[in-house]
Amino acid sequence: MSQAFSPKKGAKWALPLASFAAAAGLGIAGHLFPGFAYGRKAGDDFVHFLLEMASVLPAMFLLVGLFEVWVPRAVIERYAGRRSGAAAVPWMILLATLQAGPLYGAYPVAVGLWRKGCAAWNVFIYLGMFSALKIPLLTFEVSFLGWEFSLARTAVTVPVFTGLGILLAKLLPRDYIPPAVLSEDR
Amino acid sequence: MPQLSFERNEAMIGLWVFAAAAALVSFAADPGKTRRACRIGLRMFVGICPFLLAVLALVSLVMAALTPETLRAVLGGRGVGPFFAALGIGSVALIPGFVAFPLASVLRHYGASNATLAAFITSLLMVGVLTLPVEARYFGWRTSILRNVLALGGSIVVAGVMALVLG
Repeated sequence: MSQAFSPKKGAKWALPLASFAAAAGLGIAGHLFPGFAYGRKAGDDFVHFLLEMASVLPAMFLLVGLFEVWVPRAVIERYAGRRSGAAAVPWMILLATLQAGPLYGAYPVAVGLWRKGCAAWNVFIYLGMFSALKIPLLTFEVSFLGWEFSLARTAVTVPVFTGLGILLAKLLPRDYIPPAVLSEDR
Repeated sequence: MPQLSFERNEAMIGLWVFAAAAALVSFAADPGKTRRACRIGLRMFVGICPFLLAVLALVSLVMAALTPETLRAVLGGRGVGPFFAALGIGSVALIPGFVAFPLASVLRHYGASNATLAAFITSLLMVGVLTLPVEARYFGWRTSILRNVLALGGSIVVAGVMALVLG
């Protein structure tokens, strides 16, 4: 897999096309032959994932673009940079809380923050809060698993993933900057 | 047992309304900057598309093999086995929260403990083995693998504390 994901230009579309064809073919076969439940489910799941991606990512990337153009580096450095301290954590939680969709939709936002001078630990705290505190999900969790479970899980997850974010930032080289798809010099 | 199904929800609508409003305000203030913002966003989207497409197709091939009966058999019941199975499946699978929570309540009905449910939900949301190639495009392989390993450890800690608190 790593080979197909290398920046070799010709190979760039080979694996995507092959897997796309596999999932689409299985889905069509599954709908043609009622006995082929695996194919039908694989195809339906794939359509679901595509719709989920299409329903979140374009809006997300538009916001990342606007963020890149409008938000001055100094603002991010001041509120979430290396010297921001614990005061940045509520901002990161707020940002993650307001988001919808799967975790991979948060990666571009995270990289955008990072490149504007947000401290690495704050980037990882932001990503970590994805599992803990999303208000629309929280109401869902309470209704299906009860408020005791939900409250306990949130109360435990916030400190654990805050700590992990700080630990992860410490494990990286000091001035590490992600390779980033986000760059104008590409 | 809920199936994966596409649901429009308030959060997504909110995201689109917010993005559209921001773009309009931005365009009123400075059309040139807004065009540049759109170009940046579009280039990022197109750049990640092939990877995401491949990963989502592979994920759907794996997910289709995880039938409701399998999940119930593997994750239901008490003990260490279902706990680690929950971690493993949660790390690999890609299930949106709106499906994961109803699914978790079904698993609880089949005897899954709070620790197993917490391990399942946390690793589901935080660990993405199959989406690693996408993540690595943003953060690099080293950082992505580190982040996933730590998130897996975090899921175990969260589940362990949940077991102590709720039993």
